[in-house]
Amino acid sequence: MELKINGTQKTFTDEILTVTQLLEQLNLSVDQVVVELNRDILAPGVLSTTGLNNGDELELIQFVGGG
Amino acid sequence: MDIYLNEIRLQVPEGTRLFALRDTHRPKADILILNGHLLTTDHDLEANDRVVLIERGVQPDAEELEALMMARHTPGVHERVKAGRVGIAGVGGLGSSIAIALARTGVGRLVIADYDVVEPSNLNRQQYFIDQLGKPKVEALAETIKRINPHVDLVCRQLKLTAENLAATFVEVDILVEALDAAEQKTMLVNTWLRKYPDRALVTASGVAGFAASNSIKTRQIRDNLILCGDGVTAAEPGCGLMAPRVGIAAHHQANAVLRLLLNEEID
Repeated sequence: MELKINGTQKTFTDEILTVTQLLEQLNLSVDQVVVELNRDILAPGVLSTTGLNNGDELELIQFVGGG
Repeated sequence: MDIYLNEIRLQVPEGTRLFALRDTHRPKADILILNGHLLTTDHDLEANDRVVLIERGVQPDAEELEALMMARHTPGVHERVKAGRVGIAGVGGLGSSIAIALARTGVGRLVIADYDVVEPSNLNRQQYFIDQLGKPKVEALAETIKRINPHVDLVCRQLKLTAENLAATFVEVDILVEALDAAEQKTMLVNTWLRKYPDRALVTASGVAGFAASNSIKTRQIRDNLILCGDGVTAAEPGCGLMAPRVGIAAHHQANAVLRLLLNEEID
């Protein structure tokens, strides 16, 4: 599957059905990343039920602690 | 000839001297500053001289203080900054410095929110003082800001921000600054705010710990209404603490991003 993530085209060979699965594959913690899918910000509660399709564009905005 | 008295342009007769100016306009003034120099003796005045007359212990009223404080601003900036309403979520290392910078800049209304109290470990980087230990941070910061300018329109909310109370806490602001500590809290705030108020700007921070090079801190526009300051990767964790210089750099990146938003300037 082809996904555009943070402006870069990426190819995934493993099956990725949902946003949560994508974050797991990228080693991102679901509660430390804001996900924008095709320009929409996804609520945290829908990450595991939101499916991904070939050609989707995502922005993954990751946060680290400190302030 | 024209001079500036307490930053306001004033026409005075040719040959007017400093003491005569004081006697006419501010007879009780006991601090006389001419072009940045403190003077105790009388002095000739020339066109375009800048004279500041201060009565020791007497605070200028709101209007005069505003004129005095804004005298060092770039012309045309003040009115737009004054119209700004800015929220600051969290007043720790980032938020306390941001609030002070924006108060000094003359932002019209500031809404600050934090549930925490001042602890000794905060003093390494946060804008609090040892005599404020144990005080709610919003209260301590309000004291400090009022010492800078008692006329700042400041709203303090002592509460822990959640996805449920965030929108109501900052309902009146045009721009929100995320200045929280934990990554999960930052994520919650950004996610909640962008979905609730998609048209309002949000200035957030990530990657401010340690003492890596100053210039690794960047301001980036992530999407139309989202600006991120920091290096994006350096987390606060055991072995990488939070220190005044780098947290301060990031805080002022955020404050400057707010200023640029208020002035409709491009972010990066």
